[in-house]
Amino acid sequence: MNAETAKAISTKATLAESARTTPKRTLLICLALALALFVVCLAASLIGSERLPVTASLCALFRDGSVCGLSPEQGAILLDLRWPRILLAASVGAALAAAGAGYQALLRNPLAEPYLLGISNGAAVGTMIALVFLGTQAWTRSLMAFAGALCATFVVYRLARGRTGASPERLILAGVIVTTFLSSAIVFITTMMDATRIRSFNFWLLGDLSGSTSSLLAIAIVSTLIGTVVLGAHGRSLNLMMLGERDAFDLGVEVERVRLIVFLAASLLVGASVAASGSVGYVGLVVPHLVRLSLGSDNRTTIPAAALAGALFVVVADTTARTVIAPRELPVGAITALIGAPLFIYLLRRG
Amino acid sequence: MLEAREISVSYGEREAVRGVSLSAVPGEVVCLIGPNGAGKSTLMRALNGALAPTGGEIYLDGKRLGSYARRAVSRRIAVVAQEAELRFPVTVLEFVLGGRYAWSSTGAWGWETERDVSVARSAIEETGLEDFTARLMNELSGGERQRAVLARALATEAAILLLDEPTANLDLAHQATVLRLVRARCDTQGAAAVVVTHDINLAAEFADRALLLKGGRMLASGSPREVFTPRTLGELFEIEVLVDAHPVTGAPRITPVHGSRR
Repeated sequence: MNAETAKAISTKATLAESARTTPKRTLLICLALALALFVVCLAASLIGSERLPVTASLCALFRDGSVCGLSPEQGAILLDLRWPRILLAASVGAALAAAGAGYQALLRNPLAEPYLLGISNGAAVGTMIALVFLGTQAWTRSLMAFAGALCATFVVYRLARGRTGASPERLILAGVIVTTFLSSAIVFITTMMDATRIRSFNFWLLGDLSGSTSSLLAIAIVSTLIGTVVLGAHGRSLNLMMLGERDAFDLGVEVERVRLIVFLAASLLVGASVAASGSVGYVGLVVPHLVRLSLGSDNRTTIPAAALAGALFVVVADTTARTVIAPRELPVGAITALIGAPLFIYLLRRG
Repeated sequence: MLEAREISVSYGEREAVRGVSLSAVPGEVVCLIGPNGAGKSTLMRALNGALAPTGGEIYLDGKRLGSYARRAVSRRIAVVAQEAELRFPVTVLEFVLGGRYAWSSTGAWGWETERDVSVARSAIEETGLEDFTARLMNELSGGERQRAVLARALATEAAILLLDEPTANLDLAHQATVLRLVRARCDTQGAAAVVVTHDINLAAEFADRALLLKGGRMLASGSPREVFTPRTLGELFEIEVLVDAHPVTGAPRITPVHGSRR
């Protein structure tokens, strides 16, 4: 064999290798992203209006803070304020990005996103109904958010679906209608609240990671894990659904069952994140788009990678939100929208 | 073998297919021909199990089509439908591997096996796309894309191929390529094909049997020589046609006489 043919064969082999994703490649990508996420979370725990010493803070994660040389105040900031908030940010980011990837496959459109489709608003209405009428337990709040997200998903799906999947026009119109309808519902419920709570509510609606409780955090993390694993497990079916429900049916996908599961899993993800943190927008648009751009469209890779990258994205966005005008804070949703809206316009123009 | 006995398919009140019988026999290419709205696509969807017939019965390898699980049908029947729009960057190999879904031993999830990949690769070679394996589907030309759709159908290893206008939007050379590939599958591997097409001349050359459909009913059925007559085709399309022999292949050659509606 001469050198040229050998070279041609090896180029062909590398080409063929990149033509599809393998379990090994997926695992490597996810491990790298998890490592990056861990490092970013550590860094985020040190940054803020109160700068914490690096080694002492790392040490305090494993041992008592006073042994490591942190003052009791610093220990409280680190463990009671920053880490819960970082974990919540990671959970919300993972949930929204994975849900976005799921909705995109289901609606066959990369512009689908829980916030823009009004699904986050559905979950917000559910949360508010729970708050106003059902008391303040974390689980009723999360359950109602899930129910609200599910109803909104169903309506958007029915409105947006055309014969060839959801066209961008149909999708955006469906999103606008559902969003505006639910926004007026939100206004209506807000008027039933006392004036002192309204301001904090407006902040929460834009995405606020500061006001969560430990039980909401626990529910959010568990729901995120369940939802992401369920969506990722259906990646192979979603790969075909993404190309068209008819084609998927012809190739053996039980379309109705998969659709129902994606509805439930994605609504669970959106519901859990909205109940804990309000509506953080555009995460489900930006993250899956970047992931697909760099890793391809196989949902068995895209969904877990989007979850990890989404966690990374929101942790960074929230750290920015609480440091950029410290000691005051921006809602994290303002940061994500600042990045997401231009990208949306770019994607729309590109067709 | 796929056999439809006197099937009817309705959408609500409207009966789109009425009492049509058809069988897809190993080694044979059957062409379905008829004017727009004759019920061809509806019939194809019923043959694939996507629409339940309202009358009559469809048998797949001797058992009722409705009694099979979806995945079991997809291992036996492959469909090439009219091209759909792709909004996600999918490589040709990933696309063709979609044809292996029904063979997954772990149900709906998991990854493709070595064998899945090698079957997909040989389907890609069979359709002459080996240089495009890692290319994205939406970077391909219409003809290449249609060959990839065919490759995915071949990768299912199904014995029955249902093709709904596989040559629409293709140029002359690519139309022939697609039908030659289908013909080859039937000749060498005993596949059975049902092809919907508007190109009667192509059907005359490649089909063993032609089935003419009008208003949901079967107008005629037989070899192209038997049914492609000026009288039957004139009745089918309500237009005057000339039929002579192709100077090279000897197959019936159909020329419409335009501007002469009867």
